[in-house]
Amino acid sequence: MERPEIEKKLVELLVDELGIDSESITMDATFEEDLEVDSLGVVELLMALEDTFGVKIPDEEAEAISTVGEAVDLVMQKLGG
Amino acid sequence: MSRVALVTGAGRGIGRAIAGNLAGLGHRVAVNDLTADAAAATVAAVEAAGGEAVAAGADVTDEAAVAKMFEEVADRLGPVEILVNNAGITRDNLVLRMSPDDWDAVLNTNLRAVYLCTRAALRSMLKARWGRIVSISSVSGLRGNAGQANYAAAKAGLIGFTKTVAKEVGSRNVTVNAVAPGFIETEMTAELPASVREALLPAISLGRFGTPQDVASAVGYLASDSASYITGQVIVVDGGLAL
Repeated sequence: MERPEIEKKLVELLVDELGIDSESITMDATFEEDLEVDSLGVVELLMALEDTFGVKIPDEEAEAISTVGEAVDLVMQKLGG
Repeated sequence: MSRVALVTGAGRGIGRAIAGNLAGLGHRVAVNDLTADAAAATVAAVEAAGGEAVAAGADVTDEAAVAKMFEEVADRLGPVEILVNNAGITRDNLVLRMSPDDWDAVLNTNLRAVYLCTRAALRSMLKARWGRIVSISSVSGLRGNAGQANYAAAKAGLIGFTKTVAKEVGSRNVTVNAVAPGFIETEMTAELPASVREALLPAISLGRFGTPQDVASAVGYLASDSASYITGQVIVVDGGLAL
């Protein structure tokens, strides 16, 4: 899967699952501060990522993510890209 | 509004009454029980009363079986919106004589299963921004009861679990509560010796054991839209027990 495709799907998840305004989503945006995703929202997003991309994201790797771009990096890495 | 409810341990006793009551309120009910015949009997009783129910057999202490059950219920009725954690067993003995097997069996069925089913149910509830979780505790968990160290520990643990999960998911409009029955007329309390039953009655303000319907009514209320601002609570249904 190419990076732009992963980015597009991640944005869709943020809009559909967490109700975030798509215009506020940039690759540099942080989940907790810029997008105001709470801790439960982060967990919801992780589960949605795992389902959508068929990957497993351990807690310690999830904790290292703070921006949308970093989440894309992690998914890319998990998919072997 | 008709919703999808799953009641664990609904093959008999309080669980059967809860399933019947929820169906009577217009909900579509998945009837879980470890014993397929018992679940089928509750489904038949619900259908005879004009309600909608399906059997959902599974060992609720088994993580994979719980996941499979929730998938099957979602396929047949839709995602679970109301979860009632009712399945429970007793293995009574004074603690000095209580075996680790009896401890583990009671903690697994009465507490581990609550965690497994709640976790499995929450995902679709969070997404839907609506959910009701009601777990059946016991006055044993609130007051202690000689001979029930395992059961009381599990039923008290369930209350801590309930209050915690209520805090975790409250922002998503999911409420999590417990109902703590006192002495209710079921097969479980029918095993009490007549002398014990007689001795208990004067301690019950209402002067009688409760009925499964008394408990089911409280559960039905907590599962309704009317109870949308109640979470993390324990409703005691014990007829005014003063032990």
